[in-house]
Parts: sequence; C-alpha cells; structure tokens
Amino acid sequence: MPIDKATVAKIARLARIRVPEAEQERLAGELSNILGWVEQLSEVDTADVRPMSSVVETVLPMRPDAVTDGGCRDDITANAPAPAHGFFTVPKVVE
Amino acid sequence: MAGLYDLSLADTRAALIKGEVSPTELAEAYIKAVEAARPLNAFITETPEIALDMAKASEARLGRGEGGPMEGIPIGVKDLFCTKGVLSTAGSHILDGFVPTYESTVTAKLFGAGAVMLGKCNMDELAMGSANMTSYYGPVENPWRPVGAASNKKLVPGGSSGGSAAAVAAHAALAATGTDTGGSIRQPAAFAGIVGLKPTYGRCSRWGIVAFASSLDQAGPMTRTVRDAAIMLGAMAGHDPKDSTSVDRPVPDYEAALRGDLRNLKIGVPKEYRVDGMPAEIDALWRQGAEWLRTAGAQVVDISLPHTKYALPTYYIVAPAEASSNLARYDGVRYGLRVEGATLQEMYENTRAEGFGAEVRRRIMIGTYVLSAGYYDAYYLKAQKVRSRIAEDFHKAWESVDAILTPTAPSAAFAQGEKMDDPIAMYLNDVFTVPASLAGLPAISVPAGLSKDGLPLGLHLIGRPFDEETVLHVGQVLEAAANFSARPAFLAG
Repeated sequence: MPIDKATVAKIARLARIRVPEAEQERLAGELSNILGWVEQLSEVDTADVRPMSSVVETVLPMRPDAVTDGGCRDDITANAPAPAHGFFTVPKVVE
Repeated sequence: MAGLYDLSLADTRAALIKGEVSPTELAEAYIKAVEAARPLNAFITETPEIALDMAKASEARLGRGEGGPMEGIPIGVKDLFCTKGVLSTAGSHILDGFVPTYESTVTAKLFGAGAVMLGKCNMDELAMGSANMTSYYGPVENPWRPVGAASNKKLVPGGSSGGSAAAVAAHAALAATGTDTGGSIRQPAAFAGIVGLKPTYGRCSRWGIVAFASSLDQAGPMTRTVRDAAIMLGAMAGHDPKDSTSVDRPVPDYEAALRGDLRNLKIGVPKEYRVDGMPAEIDALWRQGAEWLRTAGAQVVDISLPHTKYALPTYYIVAPAEASSNLARYDGVRYGLRVEGATLQEMYENTRAEGFGAEVRRRIMIGTYVLSAGYYDAYYLKAQKVRSRIAEDFHKAWESVDAILTPTAPSAAFAQGEKMDDPIAMYLNDVFTVPASLAGLPAISVPAGLSKDGLPLGLHLIGRPFDEETVLHVGQVLEAAANFSARPAFLAG
C-alpha cells in the first residue's frame, strides 16, 4: 500500500522527527518504494511458524535482585547538553 | 625495523616478543601511518597520546614476561564502541561531543589483552550504510583504485565499518574492530581486500556498543590474515553479565583450529545464491573457491537454502524496527546534540531532524511505520516469521554440511556517489551476508582474487552456531590457496 503525505506526517510525529512539508512528498515516494519491495514476503507460507525474536536459544539469565551499581550521578549527567544542579533539563512542560 | 608495516599481527607479535621492535617504536610507526592516511578520512579521532601511553605499559608488561595475546598491537576502533574519555560519535551528528564515562566490554577486553588504540575509525552513520557515504564526518575513501582508464576514480570502502577496513588495508593499523548487523564487517573487508569475521550472535558482548538492531548486532575482528582474526577474536569474545544475550560458554583457542587439511569436512554451495545478473567474475571466483576446498580434501556438495531471496526484505523490516526503538534514546536531553524548540515536543523533533542524516531518518520512519498500530502483524510479525524460515533453512543444511561457501558481495568496490539515489540498490550489497546475520551464524570474508578492474573480491564462509573454529579453519585454507598478495594503490606505511 503506497504511503501518502498525510501518513508521512503521522509517522514523522510518532518518530519525533520534524519533516518539513516540502519534503513529505519525496519521502512518501521513498518509503512507498521500500515497503512495496518488502511486500514480497507475503509469498512465503508462514502458517504455524513461530515468530523469531532471538537467535540465541537460551532463557534470559537471572540475578539476585540487588543494587549492583550507582552513586555516579556526575558520570550520568556528564554528557547532558543542558544539565543543571545535577539534573537533566527539558523545556518547560507545565504552564 | 625494515618491512615493519608489511608484517601481519601474528608476525608483529613475534617480533615484539623477540625484542626486534619495541611497543613504543611500533606505536610511533603506526601513529605516523595514521597521519599519512588522512586523505582516506578513515579516522574520526586520532589518539596518539593514548597509543604512546598504552605502548609504554605494554613495554613494561612484555619486560616482565606478562604480555597478553594482543600485547603492543596497534589497532583502530570503530567509532561505534564507547571508549572512556575519548569522543565516540557513531559517525552521527546526534552524538556531538559525546565522551563516554565508561569503556565498552569488547574494547576493555582488547586493551586488557594488551592492544594499543590508535584512534576511532570512521563509519556509516549509526552503522547504517554499505558505502561509508553516510557519516556526518564525511565519506571514507578506499585505498584501492581501479586499474586502467578509471584509475582516478575514488572508490567506497564498503560499510558500515568502512574506516576500519580502509585503515587496515592501507597499513594504518594492524587490525581494527568492526561491527556487523547485516554485513558491515564482511562487505567492507571484501571491498578492501582484508579478512573480516562476524562471530555468532552472543559470542562478543554488545555492552557499550552504540545499538542499531539489537537482535543482529555483533562485534568482530578486521585483520590482514585469517590467523590474525583468530588471535583478535580470542581477545574480544567471552561472556559478559552486562549483556543478557552474551552467551556463557568457554572461548576456545581459535589459533589452534587452523589445522590446514580439510579431509572429513563437507562444504555446501547454495544454489539460491547464484542470483540474476551476478557478474561472471564473481561466479568464476566462487567456482574457483569450491575447487580450492576440494583440492584441500573437502567434499563440496550443492545445497538449497530456499528462503534466501526473502532475507533482504526481512532484514529491512526487522532492522529498521529495532533501530526505531533503539534510537528513541536520542532525545536531546541526556547526551549529544540538542536543538532548542518552544516546547518539549518541538525540541525532540528539531534535535532529531538535525541530528540524524537522511538514511537514518528513512530507516527510523520505516521502523516506526511497521511497528505502528494496524501494521505490526502485516509487516513486523510477518518478517519475524520469515526470519524463522530462513534460520530453519540453515538448520537443515547443518545436517549435511559443516560450512557454506558463497561470494561475500555481488560486486567489487564501486565509485563514491554511485547507488546513492536508490536505497534498494544500496541494500542489495548485503544480499549474501544478510541471511547469516538473520540466523545469527558466524561468517568470514577472505580476500580471494581480483576483479577485471584490479579490485579485491572476497569469498564468504558461513558456519554452525559457535563454530567459529571451522569458519577460521576453512577460511585459512581458502586464504592459502588464493595466495592474495595484491596491494592497494595507496599505502600509508
């Protein structure tokens, strides 16, 4: 199914990427091409096939529920673009 | 020491142990080579001071007879690995100024084994690309040039580990780390005439490696010889409690697996890899490779991997889906670039629009779409099911063969700028490498011959899960038979 401009705008918003209106048409074409190409997967019979989410056939490891790390606030905020008083900051979200 | 730059990792290690060259002399020589290689743009960050400090420490350890398996060996590190105190960009604007406060497990293991870091290698942005054209820090040039009339054409080194491949091929590093999600170690290794090994998923820890598609990403060695790859893999592999998908099983002595003789081994040649429009020279090299293995005593048989043609489209659903989820972390709040906006939402959107390049934005949007309500089953779930089919194909093949031989890539290196306007044409570079990635299998690319334009071509061997030993063993037989001795047009040392 080809993707239209409105769908591009919707995906862009979901992905939190600003896409200027002037670029939406071109992107709609590119994404439609790629999705048209992957459409061939519908030829494959996948009845009774389990979806594969991991190639490692093991159960996830468990460990005791204990604190094993921490006390490194300054390391964590060291790369923040706008840190303040040991915190991350964002634009005001409450009026 | 004369001929220093021509020595393999294994031979350099022997020279270091014998005292024919000191780690400091070696580091100084390779620092010079890194500088001489600047026209290739293979490094984003050079770390000569760190290299000299590490070399000094190596010297002390060697003096006490405590040298590790990589002691004093100068390497390049793909800029996807977080390195403590050293800018780590993943080739992206979005990680502007990011200096990790921790060390990735794989680089920590390599440094623990004595390796010396020369710098951080350029790469396709966030490991998305097959030509090293998408890096925010500019394209990498392949040190190889075509012979004849087109000899002034600049070629791509492949991608995404293109800087690593170019550095090793041009003798600006003895080896380099790469990462491979759909072919990002093996395809650039083939394009640059070096050896590249993608280990089994779970063999090397992913902790501290910038994530692209977490069910596929795997780190591996890029080296000049198969023996070098065996040595380096031994230093990279191993269980890590910090990566829940890292597998807890012993790391074998990979060098001991290089036994020559292939008697009692069966090698499969999958008919589905003989794709439409495959260049005759690639087909001929593939047949020649099978003949070399036969001569070495292997039994070569035709096999079928019926779902091969669906691997690429499956990959281009699974990988972007995982990427769109992984890359949600780049929000302008915790690290990297921030582009202000009037609201939080606007700040996110501005940061991500400016911080990600065109290919990354395209893949995030594909991923977001196939995971979105109403499309999840039709695309993502379907792709995961086809992925099971592809893995089953290999599973069946292992009932009758020990390894599988294919070409690494459908062409030799192409010119910078080619295939840039057609994403699918670019994706087709990975047509032979993606199936093993989806199945999580170990695979190696070995330089095996030259194209009619005098450019390197690779042969590709796929093995059973955690059987890197057979992949290396057969790989070394191919390497010996091919006796690939051509050198690129540009050498930094």
